[in-house]
Amino acid sequence: MTAARSFARRSSDWLPPVVVFVAVLVVWEVSFLALQVKAFLIPRPTVIAGALVDQWPILSRGLRYTGSEALFGLLTGVALGTAAGLATARWPTARQALIPIGTGMSTIPIIAFAPITLNWFGLESPLPRITIVALMTFFPVMVNTIRGLTEVDPAALELMASYAAPEGAVIRRLRIPNALPYWFTALRIAVTLSVIGAVVGEFFGGPQYSIGNYVTNMTGQFKYPNAWAAIIIACALGISLYLVAVAAERIVMPWHRRREALGQQ
Amino acid sequence: MTAAVATAPSIANPTAAPGRRRVVMAWLVIVIGLVVVWEGAKWLFGDPWRIHTSLLGLPIDIEHIPPFKSRIATDLSLPHVWKVVGAFIEPAQRNGPPLGLILAGQALFTFREALIGFVFGGLLGLLLGVGFVHSKLAERAFVPYVVASQTVPILAISPLIVVATKAGWVSVAIISAYLTFFPVTIAALRGLRAADPRAFELMRSYAATKRNVLWKLRLPTSVPYLFSSLRVAAAASVIGAIIGELPSGIPDGLGSALLNYNQYYTSGPERLWATIVMCSIVGLGFVGLVRLGEVLLTRNRYRPQESR
Amino acid sequence: MADQDPAGALVVEATGVGKTFGDAETSVTALQDIDLSIRSGEFVSLIGPSGCGKSTLLRLIGDLTSPSGGSIKVNGKPAQRARLDRDYGMVFQAPVLMDWRTVAKNIELPLEIMGYAAAERAKRSAELTKLVELEGFEGRHPWQLSGGMQQRVAIARALAFDPKLLLMDEPFGALDEMTRERMNLELMRIWSRTKTTIVFVTHSIPEAVFLSTRVVVMSARPGRISKIVDIDLPQPRNVDTRETERYFELVTEVREALRSREREAAAPDVDRIRAEGLA
Repeated sequence: MTAARSFARRSSDWLPPVVVFVAVLVVWEVSFLALQVKAFLIPRPTVIAGALVDQWPILSRGLRYTGSEALFGLLTGVALGTAAGLATARWPTARQALIPIGTGMSTIPIIAFAPITLNWFGLESPLPRITIVALMTFFPVMVNTIRGLTEVDPAALELMASYAAPEGAVIRRLRIPNALPYWFTALRIAVTLSVIGAVVGEFFGGPQYSIGNYVTNMTGQFKYPNAWAAIIIACALGISLYLVAVAAERIVMPWHRRREALGQQ
Repeated sequence: MTAAVATAPSIANPTAAPGRRRVVMAWLVIVIGLVVVWEGAKWLFGDPWRIHTSLLGLPIDIEHIPPFKSRIATDLSLPHVWKVVGAFIEPAQRNGPPLGLILAGQALFTFREALIGFVFGGLLGLLLGVGFVHSKLAERAFVPYVVASQTVPILAISPLIVVATKAGWVSVAIISAYLTFFPVTIAALRGLRAADPRAFELMRSYAATKRNVLWKLRLPTSVPYLFSSLRVAAAASVIGAIIGELPSGIPDGLGSALLNYNQYYTSGPERLWATIVMCSIVGLGFVGLVRLGEVLLTRNRYRPQESR
Repeated sequence: MADQDPAGALVVEATGVGKTFGDAETSVTALQDIDLSIRSGEFVSLIGPSGCGKSTLLRLIGDLTSPSGGSIKVNGKPAQRARLDRDYGMVFQAPVLMDWRTVAKNIELPLEIMGYAAAERAKRSAELTKLVELEGFEGRHPWQLSGGMQQRVAIARALAFDPKLLLMDEPFGALDEMTRERMNLELMRIWSRTKTTIVFVTHSIPEAVFLSTRVVVMSARPGRISKIVDIDLPQPRNVDTRETERYFELVTEVREALRSREREAAAPDVDRIRAEGLA
């Protein structure tokens, strides 16, 4: 297929959302200008952009701080969750029991522990948020790792049995590769949770330049363009981490075509 | 053999009694284990205590000094388990009603916000799913934003939403709805398309209209998928409600209880822990309700799937 | 052929039908130059190796896909018109029943879509349940029934609105041999009662010969009709039919027709290889 044809083909994929994005921005800017909307709470895009540039020193510091909280918590939670999941690889009963428990734990609002962790580690430390993020990401990763190890095609298991494969080989050659898609799904979820955990944790307390704290302060002082600028930074952080997770998935599993939401009919 | 419904996510199987018993046992083990670890940590790292009393005329004087010390295990950071349980019964304020009652009222308030958000978010998700299934253009234009909405830390925006709408619990319900609609949309997109392609051919052979196909094939097929996502959405909507209340200044919900007992932590740490327990109860309870609804609606209508 | 009306109306008329899949670079010719006429009351089987286009032909008759060339008329109308007029019923290899509906409600599905009144629907559903001998199972759900029973529900559903034409795509293919033979007898019994015209796709030579009044043998690459065998076994067909000499002769005749075409198809197309290899 020629380059031009493939570009034309793919453009029908990405053109509509881009059109929507640009259209929304334009309508937002123009209508607010034209209607002289007292854009108290929702400033025009250009005003927000101005605040972004203006406040960049603080925002970039907050980005580094909150971002690293999210990242460290994420790495800890994911590592521990994966380890916990793998530890059960040999015991089917443990696997069966831990899945509902892990899912149950995910429904508990772990973020409610934020004040407690603040109390443990004090206001100056990033540890409260890191702990919360680690807890939040631990359970989905553990549950999905276990599910991936467990939900193997029975026919494949029979095949391994017919080779008289020892349990270790079954785990290495069958269960773990089978678990990869599940693990990456959990990674996507964990990435989103990590940013939320870090930012919301800061609502309860944290350095003034941290994103969560900054947003609440600015909102309290009615400086909405600044608050929105910080929110855009937080969104950018979330989206970038998500894209990194997706990229990692494509690199590790190039054969796995995700057709989640977009089915056939 | 019948492939009218493609492999659906696991449906609550009422006949899986032995499995459930094992799960209950496992929960008990975990809870007991947690209590043991908790008190064990206090035994080793916590504050010293002594009992100086007399029982049946015999003097009892027990003293325990833990060998190590850690800030995390002090009575302030980690109150004794029985103190937390006791906090429910004791009044929060002088001559006031027991804390448990107050928390229950606040829990109901927060639950109501979560429920309203859940219902609206669920309906929105379903509508979006139906819309996207019928219009490829709409799907291509808007699904990226649906996915992107998941990556946006909405809870970071919640202060602004709450202050913006100045509508009290309505803004909290909006946050819950936001957290609900995404998983439901994705599940609806999958479920509405999940029927066997031959079932679609069959409908075509009946010269069925799009409405026929939607109501008689797509929607019933999507029910198991929707319930799977509704469980996740239920948990998310509770969390959304609690977090949403934080910046709003609404005094009636669990969010404000969290802030309140956080502020006065030093005078009664067990109250904050009790609030957290109540938050968990609301979350688990809501998910349990959804599961119950799922069992009632799908028990004999859909073939049971075993969880492996 | 005594039971056939020689002046029977033309139910299916395919003229010069062809079907190609794929675009210019990857085209596959599923069917080529198909001419076929089927009269009212006939039972016509389509049999052939994989890829001969028999299922495609069935779908063309049912307007589930459109021909690339030629025309198909059903009951004197274009195939699409016939579908919109609900002139035919369809049965697939998988029963394709709806899990969430009871047996009775599954049978009523086409009647609901076609706007029959509730009382009429219930009446027909009950009649058909009796016809396929599933009385007592009306309240069950499909996954509670065996494979053969599910197919019977599918057949009942296909007959619910009394179509003059029934299209069946290997309906018994997923069943074991003994159930399949029993279902063949069932189908013959139902057919003698309803007198529907049936077009039946199958892989099984004995089944084709046992059920049909005519067997259309097809060949693959490209899909063509290679021979049509008239089955002059007496009606009604029953257990004894399978043990008559004439039955075995006909089975052999069909088998030979299939084998000769296979041999031709398997022989290398030397001219084409030369043309492509050295081009």
